[in-house]
Amino acid sequence: MTSPAISLAHRRPIGERIIERLLFLAAALGVVTTIGIIAVLAFETYEFFLEVSPIEFFTGTRWSALIKPQSWGVLALISGTLLVSAIALLIAIPLGLLAAVLLAEYATPRARNVIKPILETIAGVPTIVLGFFGLNFIAPQILRPLLGTDNIGVFSALNGGIVVGILVTPLIASISEDAMRAVPRGMREGAFAMGATKFEVVRKVVFPAAISGIMASIILAMSRAIGETMAVVLTVGTKPQFTFDPTESVQTMTAFIVQISIGETAQGSVEYRSLFAVGATLFLMTFVLNLLSGWVVRRFRTAY
Amino acid sequence: MIDREIAADPAEFGDVIELQDVSCWYGSFRAVRNIDISIARQRITALIGPSGCGKSTLIRTMNRMNDLVPSYRAEGRVLFESQDLFAPGVDPVAVRRRVGMVFQKPNPFPKSVYDNVAFGPRINGFKGNMDELVEHSLRRAALWDDVKDKLNQSGMALSGGQQQRLCIARTIAVEPEVILMDEPCSALDPRSTLQIEELMAELKRDYTIVIVTHNMQQAARASDTTIFMTMGDDRAGYVVEEGDTIQIFTNPKHRLTEDYVSGRFG
Amino acid sequence: MSAFSPARPVARFEPAVMRRKFTGTLFYGACLAAIGLLLLTLVALLVDVFVRAAPWLDVGFLTGVPSSRPARAGILPAMVGTFEIGIIVGVLTFPIGVAAAIYLAEYASDSRLNRLLQTNISNLAGVPSIIYGILGLALFVRALAMGPTILAAALTLSLLILPVVIIASIEALKAVPQAQREGAYALGASRWQMVSRSVLPAAAPGIMTGIILAMARAIGEAAPLILIGAFTFVTFLPNPISGQYTVLPIQIYGWAQRPQADFQGISAAAIVVVLGLMLVLNGLALIVRVRLSRHIQW
Repeated sequence: MTSPAISLAHRRPIGERIIERLLFLAAALGVVTTIGIIAVLAFETYEFFLEVSPIEFFTGTRWSALIKPQSWGVLALISGTLLVSAIALLIAIPLGLLAAVLLAEYATPRARNVIKPILETIAGVPTIVLGFFGLNFIAPQILRPLLGTDNIGVFSALNGGIVVGILVTPLIASISEDAMRAVPRGMREGAFAMGATKFEVVRKVVFPAAISGIMASIILAMSRAIGETMAVVLTVGTKPQFTFDPTESVQTMTAFIVQISIGETAQGSVEYRSLFAVGATLFLMTFVLNLLSGWVVRRFRTAY
Repeated sequence: MIDREIAADPAEFGDVIELQDVSCWYGSFRAVRNIDISIARQRITALIGPSGCGKSTLIRTMNRMNDLVPSYRAEGRVLFESQDLFAPGVDPVAVRRRVGMVFQKPNPFPKSVYDNVAFGPRINGFKGNMDELVEHSLRRAALWDDVKDKLNQSGMALSGGQQQRLCIARTIAVEPEVILMDEPCSALDPRSTLQIEELMAELKRDYTIVIVTHNMQQAARASDTTIFMTMGDDRAGYVVEEGDTIQIFTNPKHRLTEDYVSGRFG
Repeated sequence: MSAFSPARPVARFEPAVMRRKFTGTLFYGACLAAIGLLLLTLVALLVDVFVRAAPWLDVGFLTGVPSSRPARAGILPAMVGTFEIGIIVGVLTFPIGVAAAIYLAEYASDSRLNRLLQTNISNLAGVPSIIYGILGLALFVRALAMGPTILAAALTLSLLILPVVIIASIEALKAVPQAQREGAYALGASRWQMVSRSVLPAAAPGIMTGIILAMARAIGEAAPLILIGAFTFVTFLPNPISGQYTVLPIQIYGWAQRPQADFQGISAAAIVVVLGLMLVLNGLALIVRVRLSRHIQW
């Protein structure tokens, strides 16, 4: 009996090709999602702008969606978001960078096993819990006693900013730590060999070399802070106003979206559509920031 | 620019560095044991021996670079200008300005050539004309002509040999008394290697040089004194023989030395 | 030998070592203070929550349903909702996420299309969760007319964590050494055989860790679900396909909004339950990562 001829022809079996198609479809789902997000936001925002003038939307500073007389100046919401985010970054940048330097340059492996879990736990706590903490502890036990109950209320941008700051600190810490660890050891040794102290090596060699990653981490933290919802709904309030006063209660874009969807707004009404318009603004802001962070890494990467 | 006292014989001033019964440990592993050597002033001393025998550990003890390794411990006395480097009050930061080091893989900072050379003087509180100091250091490292129009360019844009000379320039910018070199040419091409060796011959007029090298021809060519080390059965390095380079290579006293320099092992 | 001189430089340097080291010590102190502050905040949060929750945590709480009277309130519907959504999300994201990761890591050449796909997924990972809520509202609840149901919620959350799962799985796949792939090919394996029999098992611990952590994140989300119509006062056990439902984070939110201290108390109790759940999931991820990786010998 002759042995069967072995075909060496290069033709991939049907099964292989089907599998590859299926896998491709899974990967392409991401594109479908993006298109979906953009389509939904664009369509409803377009409908919104048929009723509300874009000029008023983008330049007005008074926002009142549910209380007559209605006013659609999104700058009020943006100012609330940015105020909270700015306070958050003021807290998260120093804390996050100091923690990153500690982890990358000073900590022994045993110390890392203590510090990293602390950061990871903070990062893993559901944001509603942090909002609860702000509402029940930070405002009544810290902010109001410190600043006086006449000067600051239960809800304030400051409270929200502190809570969101705690929230994004691990993000800055972990990305910056990675950036600093990537700096080659030889560079540090060269500086030590000339009589530099450890702090000088960190400050003058490691930090500048890692700066692109550090900047990217800050931009990403800002994007995260802007998009944060649950931590702010419990701490910041529902008073949209264009202000830079951190003791004031304000409303962020995200909190407004929540407010509208909880309430009894009719589908198709202008109030309902405003949800999408604000959402579109939010999406654009975070999208631009995310792109920016990638660009910063590519553009400012120190070659070594 | 540098104040000098002219004297007839360097030996009058004693050895710059002296190691007395020095052993170095990483945790419970002894890397080198019972080292007794001296480094003569304004000479080039070569440290040779097979891989892993502790030459790098030994040279890094001389400027306390090993302190950066947490498990490191040194026993014995390391005398620099008759002061024990490991005495309680001695700060490694202060030591390293006076005992400089050039590494195997050139490690310029990702900064401009100028800032590379100015780095050491700046942190060490240099008071004076920085431009002059930078130019002076680059000239002495035989690099000035190559970079004088490119002082603001990144130090990392230079070729390998140029980068190493930049590292030498920045080391001498803080005016150490000793320059330690840990296999400075092993990452370079032959032409750059020769340039560095010529440089060393010039530099020894003002600095004491200790060089670790794998390259025996280099040691024979470039050094005045040679120290031969090898690894013992306990995996700790020890010094076999120390002496005039010519004598070590033509008429070694030890059998092991003879075997090594004639290429029979290592 | 030319006239030499010992290098005895004029003191043009003022190293000021003590002062510089002091500055360094101050900086180190600041680093420690930063970590200390973070630790303190975490401790304060946990202590505050536990102290508030303590009087309310009992079996009745775990098995009861919400009530307008805090003393009688329970979180059973919320737990069931969380559980059901969690399962559906896991079932959906696991195959799709891993499949997408396999395609991008093993099948896709380095073409423009594939880099675009990867960039797109990275961007999606950075989109705020509330936007996914908006998408879910428009797509699942309205356009596909699923209504505000558990299924719609699970689909929305799946879209939310899919990019995270994909990215983590790609990393796990890329960590498998090339030698394993080459070995399989050399034995005549097809690409799928190579992937399914050689690479996937090696990457499995990393992939599973990624999925468990992503699910922990999904379970803690509230914002997207608010948009999709999760309710804060659900007194019956939800039906997965139709009908109202709630989840733990939404229940926490609903109670926390009431000013009375008692409601803050049961909100805190619900938080304790959620934190316990997070602990279990993170512990599971840790075990998976440590124990399973030991079996893989490279």
